[in-house]
Amino acid sequence: MTQTDRIFRTLSWIVALGCVVFLMLPIFITVAASFSASPVYTLPPPEWSLRWYASLERRSGLWDAVVLSLNLAFVSTLISLVLGTLASIAVTRGNFRGREAIATFAVSPLMMPGLVVGVALLQFFREIGLRDAYVSLLLGHIVITLPFVMRTLLASMAQFDFSMIDAARTLGLSYPKAILKVLVPSLAPAYLTSGLFAFLASMDNYPISIFLTDARNKTLPIKMLQYLEEQPDPSLAAMSSGLILLAILVLVFGARTVGLNRMIQG
Amino acid sequence: MTARIDRIALLAVPGLAYLAVIYALPLLMLLAKSVQTAEGFSLAEYRAFFADEYNLRVLWRTLRVAALTTLLALAIAYPTAFVMSRAKGPWLTVFLVAMVLPMSLGVVVKAFAWSILFRANGFINTSLQWIGLTEKPVRMLFTETALVIGAANVFLPFMVLPIYAVVRQLDRGLPEAAVSLGAGPFFRFFNVTLPLTLPGVVAGSAFTFSMAISMYVIPSLIVGERQQTLSMLIARSFLYLRNEPLGSTISAVLLAIAIFVVVFSSWLARRLGART
Repeated sequence: MTQTDRIFRTLSWIVALGCVVFLMLPIFITVAASFSASPVYTLPPPEWSLRWYASLERRSGLWDAVVLSLNLAFVSTLISLVLGTLASIAVTRGNFRGREAIATFAVSPLMMPGLVVGVALLQFFREIGLRDAYVSLLLGHIVITLPFVMRTLLASMAQFDFSMIDAARTLGLSYPKAILKVLVPSLAPAYLTSGLFAFLASMDNYPISIFLTDARNKTLPIKMLQYLEEQPDPSLAAMSSGLILLAILVLVFGARTVGLNRMIQG
Repeated sequence: MTARIDRIALLAVPGLAYLAVIYALPLLMLLAKSVQTAEGFSLAEYRAFFADEYNLRVLWRTLRVAALTTLLALAIAYPTAFVMSRAKGPWLTVFLVAMVLPMSLGVVVKAFAWSILFRANGFINTSLQWIGLTEKPVRMLFTETALVIGAANVFLPFMVLPIYAVVRQLDRGLPEAAVSLGAGPFFRFFNVTLPLTLPGVVAGSAFTFSMAISMYVIPSLIVGERQQTLSMLIARSFLYLRNEPLGSTISAVLLAIAIFVVVFSSWLARRLGART
């Protein structure tokens, strides 16, 4: 190892550690603000208190938004996992033209401007006379979650040994049963990863949802932005800290069961 | 045999039909509507959009902020991905957690946290004054620099992870072989390591750039209404001005840029893939 190498390695480590601090900074700020006694966001807080956690009980509008967002994220992720599994099998195993194009198309919503998709869906749903906000939101959220699922499943299935399916069929399982009993369990890390990312993307979506909500159906990010404009007190920080705690539990579970590195790389 | 293959192809139908109806069709209708008037086909809306200097300024700002955000994220992500690929045990856990955990903090709260940091009496200004770098608070909130830093923070994991995926699979023997053949560190980096990792760089940059040209929440919380971006113009024309033709036109412009990024980056990725 030359002198130049050593200098580059040291510099890389400095950047990488800076990167970790940079990434974690918003989390530290949010958690610190949630324990503040002050009604405005000042850092460091003048005094520590749990009052904003206690105040969460009274913010019923926020809880409705949490419940709606969890519901949408769960249902849309579940539907995407089913649709995504079928489509990924077809792309990986099928022997027809345009498989590359299908894969690109299925992942493309990830790179399309959310607001534009939202506007297009708003006009489309109006055209076909769909008025129900929950159904509109759900249909829109599947467009968000499906690409996350497809991206990870396509990559993982490319490495799956499909002769195991053939073996299972020789042993008497039908094709759907073989998929369910052999393919799905062995791709468990991919399901966990893509499901988690899809779920988080749905929970966090603002630009598509803003066009599809009505007065009664407001998702969490929309409610949060509105709340920040009306009364920016640290209740939101308290609630976000709760969600961070939940995410830590999910990560610990993921690390225990499939390992963090495998989980993140699918 | 053909019958079985056709049956497998059918499995793609539900998902594709879904995206065709609830994603592609609405976008095509939006495009069609933007060139349609009562009299028929017309590009008048586009001519009006590009004739307005204000719109051009917003377009330029949107592209510039997205490019700067991508560059900043890339500059941080590239070395980080290399360190991550060599890190073991608890260090690797620290890096991976730092990539994934911030995603559980919604973009609204994250952007708000940055707006707190950038305030005149915020943490950064107080620290700068405490160290003695400045005497008066520096105006940071509402600036483009603040926006680029905040946006890079939100999109950073989407830049690091694709590069990390490529670096991790990099054959360590190749750079070593270059060294044993007498290559210096710079030659080895620019002629061996960098070309091999470019597919990850292209994937991460394309993703970050396309998210940055269309971000809405981050600029509205960090720079506010004073410095509009294309997305803010779209939201304003639909939600406040109720001017749908204008909103559709701007949407079509933004969509065209996004489609260009997707097509160009996948072309580039294929070319780079063919070379290695």
